[in-house]
Amino acid sequence: MKVYLDYGAASPADTKVLAVMMPYFTEHFGNPSSVHSYSHKAEEALTKARESVASLINANSPEEIVFTSGSTESNNLALKGVAYRNRDKGNRIVTTAIEHISILNICQYLAREGFEVVELPVDSYGLVDVEKLAEAVDEKTILISVMYANGEIGTVEPVKEIGEIARERSVPLHVDATAAAGKIPVDVVKDKVDLLTLSSNDLYGPKGVGALYIRKGVKIVPITHGGGQERGLRSGSENIPGIVGMGMAAELAKEAMETEAERLTGLRDRLISGLLEAVPEAYLNGHPTRRLPNNANMRFSYIEGEALLLGLDSLGIQASSGSACTSKTLEPSHVLLAIGLKHEEAHGSVLFALGKGNTEGEIDYVVKVLPGVVKRLRTLSPLTPKELLR
Amino acid sequence: MEHFFKPRNVGEIPDADGVGTVGNPICGDTMFIYIKVKDGKIADIKFKTFGCGAAIATSSMVTELAKGKTLEEAMKITRDAVAGELGGLPPIKMHCSNLAADALHKAIEDYRRRSEEKA
Repeated sequence: MKVYLDYGAASPADTKVLAVMMPYFTEHFGNPSSVHSYSHKAEEALTKARESVASLINANSPEEIVFTSGSTESNNLALKGVAYRNRDKGNRIVTTAIEHISILNICQYLAREGFEVVELPVDSYGLVDVEKLAEAVDEKTILISVMYANGEIGTVEPVKEIGEIARERSVPLHVDATAAAGKIPVDVVKDKVDLLTLSSNDLYGPKGVGALYIRKGVKIVPITHGGGQERGLRSGSENIPGIVGMGMAAELAKEAMETEAERLTGLRDRLISGLLEAVPEAYLNGHPTRRLPNNANMRFSYIEGEALLLGLDSLGIQASSGSACTSKTLEPSHVLLAIGLKHEEAHGSVLFALGKGNTEGEIDYVVKVLPGVVKRLRTLSPLTPKELLR
Repeated sequence: MEHFFKPRNVGEIPDADGVGTVGNPICGDTMFIYIKVKDGKIADIKFKTFGCGAAIATSSMVTELAKGKTLEEAMKITRDAVAGELGGLPPIKMHCSNLAADALHKAIEDYRRRSEEKA
């Protein structure tokens, strides 16, 4: 059996998405900026995609959507765009310790550029303390960036309350919704969000495309200069096939969201409870209920994540881990450390990110074979207490 | 991969003549190597490892390479020898082979230190 549980790293594109993209590679390959008629189809497609993406997040106008090459670029545009635009007003950026590594590295860069970055800690569930955030936002604060939900441990942040504070203090709020969009309702108007990052691949759209929502009235400077596309905010001839794909993906995600969230939550809970029951000294990372429907991040004492992933892969199961050995920097996941896990605990963590293709049968298979893999690795480990080896 | 899925010489030796410990859970790997020495040769050797696939495989391989060798020969087993016998390791995993060879050498040094103390 093959069980893919790494949807957070990469998702296949929906076949409907692929179908709608194809003509834009060959027949309707025109550039929307051209004067001649070849531009028309491309232009229409661009407009339609904008509307679909705006609709997914309840934006007031499709004009508020700027297409980019993905979440990382959207995050770069949002943070640098706001920071550089507002340099004369202040220099403090308030964010959290569990943001995606792109946000943290962009902030590090901005800190070297003279901005003051405040990284708020989170509790053991990964939740931001809204009061601490309110305290950190002072007169020199020009930007707040908090993710909608964390893709590694699944915790859903209190964006609504943070939005209230940000709006009240007139500080732009950027929200990285990469992990959340399409899985839980994201409403930029209700939550008073000013900028929002979206990824196409996380919606079962093509890779290499994303979007940044920028509320009308919020001014930023571009980081990619050129011919002035996307209202001057992101130059470069538009990736029409990719954008068309993202638009369709957004539409499909919106339609399916409620039923799919329910289905995934059932599978997720089946996996979590199954593993907690079958494996001694197994724990859940992240909040038990304020959690993305597709996220099961578990840790298993005394063993290491990469070894566990190799064992699972040999049995047809693909997942990922926050252990040091699985990262390029040989450091354990900053998210797992931020929620207070010791290094050994972070190393023994595995992320199961569920998706469209998963079934009950697949989940049951994982619950059946994973305990054996853990048991074998525990016999090899010097950390395992004798009682567990019996 | 063979050495990861079917490691050799797993276990502990309660009355070991020498024990070598390297690494620590912070960097992600911890290896314990136990040896029994007879007539200047490694009569028995066992390992336990908390670590990734490469860490487990290199521990297993180093015990295979060291078993039956004289202490001098075993001290000459290098990180590269371990990696080589496994058919090579990606650069980012080379530090695992370092740990394996170091743990073996430390076990031998531990044996030698204990022998001196006895004498």
